Amino acid sequence: MTDTVISASGLSKKYVLNQKANGDGLRHVFHSYMTAPFRWLTNGRSHPAGSQNGAPVRPRPSGADFWALKNISFEVKKGEVIGIIGRNGAGKSTLLKILSRITEQTEGRVEISGRVASLLEVGTGFHPELSGRENIFLNGAILGMGRTEIKRKFDEIVEFAEVDKFLDTPVKRYSSGMYVRLAFAVAAHLEPEILIVDEVLAVGDAAFQKKCLGKMQDVAHGNGRTILFVSHNMGAVMSLCDRGIYLKKGEVAEEGTVEKVVHSYLSDGVEQSFHVRFDANDRAAGDEVVRVREARILGPSGTPQGAIRVGEEASVEVEYDVLLAGFSPRLNLHFCAEDGGYAFASIENTQSKRTLGSYHCRMHLPANFLNAKNYMISIYLSSFERNCVHVELKDVLVLNVVDDANSITRQSYSGPFPGALRPMLQWEVKNL
Amino acid sequence: MTPTYKLVLEPGRTAKNYWRDLFHYRELFLILAWRDVAVRYKQTSAGAAWALIQPLMNVVLMTVIFGTVAGLPSEAGVPYAIMVCAATLPWQFFSSALSLASQSVVNNGNLISKVYFPRMIVPASSVVVSLVDFGVACSILAGLMLWYDFWPTWRLLVLPAFVLLAIAAALGSGLILTALTVRYRDFRMIVPFLMQVGLYVCPVAYSSAVIHDKLVQKLGSSLGDRCFLLYSVNPMVGVIDGFRWAILGSARAFYWPGFILSVGLTAALLWFGVFYFRKTERAFADVI
Repeated sequence: MTDTVISASGLSKKYVLNQKANGDGLRHVFHSYMTAPFRWLTNGRSHPAGSQNGAPVRPRPSGADFWALKNISFEVKKGEVIGIIGRNGAGKSTLLKILSRITEQTEGRVEISGRVASLLEVGTGFHPELSGRENIFLNGAILGMGRTEIKRKFDEIVEFAEVDKFLDTPVKRYSSGMYVRLAFAVAAHLEPEILIVDEVLAVGDAAFQKKCLGKMQDVAHGNGRTILFVSHNMGAVMSLCDRGIYLKKGEVAEEGTVEKVVHSYLSDGVEQSFHVRFDANDRAAGDEVVRVREARILGPSGTPQGAIRVGEEASVEVEYDVLLAGFSPRLNLHFCAEDGGYAFASIENTQSKRTLGSYHCRMHLPANFLNAKNYMISIYLSSFERNCVHVELKDVLVLNVVDDANSITRQSYSGPFPGALRPMLQWEVKNL
Repeated sequence: MTPTYKLVLEPGRTAKNYWRDLFHYRELFLILAWRDVAVRYKQTSAGAAWALIQPLMNVVLMTVIFGTVAGLPSEAGVPYAIMVCAATLPWQFFSSALSLASQSVVNNGNLISKVYFPRMIVPASSVVVSLVDFGVACSILAGLMLWYDFWPTWRLLVLPAFVLLAIAAALGSGLILTALTVRYRDFRMIVPFLMQVGLYVCPVAYSSAVIHDKLVQKLGSSLGDRCFLLYSVNPMVGVIDGFRWAILGSARAFYWPGFILSVGLTAALLWFGVFYFRKTERAFADVI
């Protein structure tokens, strides 16, 4: 059962940008054909720069090549569910397009054993003029199902999509929700040996998303199919996939268990912001009264780290020097969610008095308190004696909170949780 | 249980089992062709009648202008309308197949960039659409023949061979134009113009005998014959003359040299079309 079904080695894909400048238009082709017989005239007499010693004039190298993928190698075993993650433009879609034979790589080799179906978009080939019934057959055929196979699954598809009343209506009259449901229903009933899925769960309402994810889970775990799955929804990736590949600028940045890969994806690019030291000359970090030396986020094990799970606790530490007696500067930490808006602010509330010297403050964040988001942490130091703010360090720390794969509040729901916070509160339920 | 389907992807490598792949996707081909046919006359009040109206108007116009006004001779004993109709049918098929095919890949860009299948299916299914229109339009010819009480001979049985020749000509040039249109959208403008010119260059509205007679009259018999052979290089000249020979059953002798030349060129077109299309189709998703 552990034989390799996909093995890619040294995959690269080059795109030529700015085609017009490279003379790709018909006019340029025509022009170069027509002038070809006369080119020796101009080439023979005056040596253009670069062909002094008789070397042929090479076409101007275009600086507009773009390598969407650079030397990618990986293997996928039968029955594995692989999550491919990365930021926009990291080459995920290009990789999927190569694997599903839509486009051709520039270099490298892939071996695939098994029938591949790719689902890069829901409703590919849906024709607005055709009825729901007709589109099921059309879309099924486009995705690689045979007529008899579609006929066999037809009722199941209709039931899944909940469109039985509108089967003979042209899909251009469907609401967008119905359209997406029908499209996904067809796709969900594909039964290839290898399924390639690109970001298709990002459509539809939450209830339908949940249903789709459940179906995907059945397909993945129940039937032992191999799935390559691209998504920006880390919750979905974590709950579906066993293994992950993190692509970064066209290269494999990390490969391994899905937890490890998701973690390194989420903490990538923010590693500079979980441990900050401030220069003694940094005007923002202090005034004549107080000066911040260092600030950091600590994970559950007490080491500095930029990403934690929803179910883990963390703390924020700040060290500062009080330079002038008579002030008792208190620390305020403000948490803003990445999508804007304050999450909360917390003011140091101990009874400790401040004299001259160095202080070390730690604020504890309980587990199951923050939502799965990036939080920008701003540090303020203010004295109540004079009602003044000494230090204003806006968004200096970034804390990345990652979803747990299967927490009790999530169960099988994979969509985002609303709200800036996601505290675990006490509930009471009585059976009346 | 182990999959027997093994696939190796390498740059520049044409899939070894291209034709088997094409066969494997025959259901998609049929369903795409069905879709194109089903959608063609959706939301039109005249519906499939359009497949009749257009060629019928052409036949009427050309009969009046070339037959009555210009007074060109028909082939011996054949009503001018029937002679024009016998040529309009294959010409209409050819020109509509070519226009539809050349646009087909561009119009199905969303499919091309999201799903793999042998791309040749798309222009081929456009040819099927035109073939269906052609089948419908054949009833015009039948109607005209009843009207003039004109009965075909045994030669009608050979007609399918000429239909095949027309399909090959349409598919061959269609594949080339399709591949070119994907790359150079200029062909969106060029193709309709080509079809307009082709209508007059090909012997649709007149008999090719008229051309032959004029050439012989102007250039003398040997040079005129050679020039007429050159005229017959056009594959559609072979198709149209074949149609007329089969349908009209006229006394005019079958012009073998021209026909063989047409067949040869059609075969070359088809071969080059397939070759060029296969060569470029791998990059379709990138340039579309």
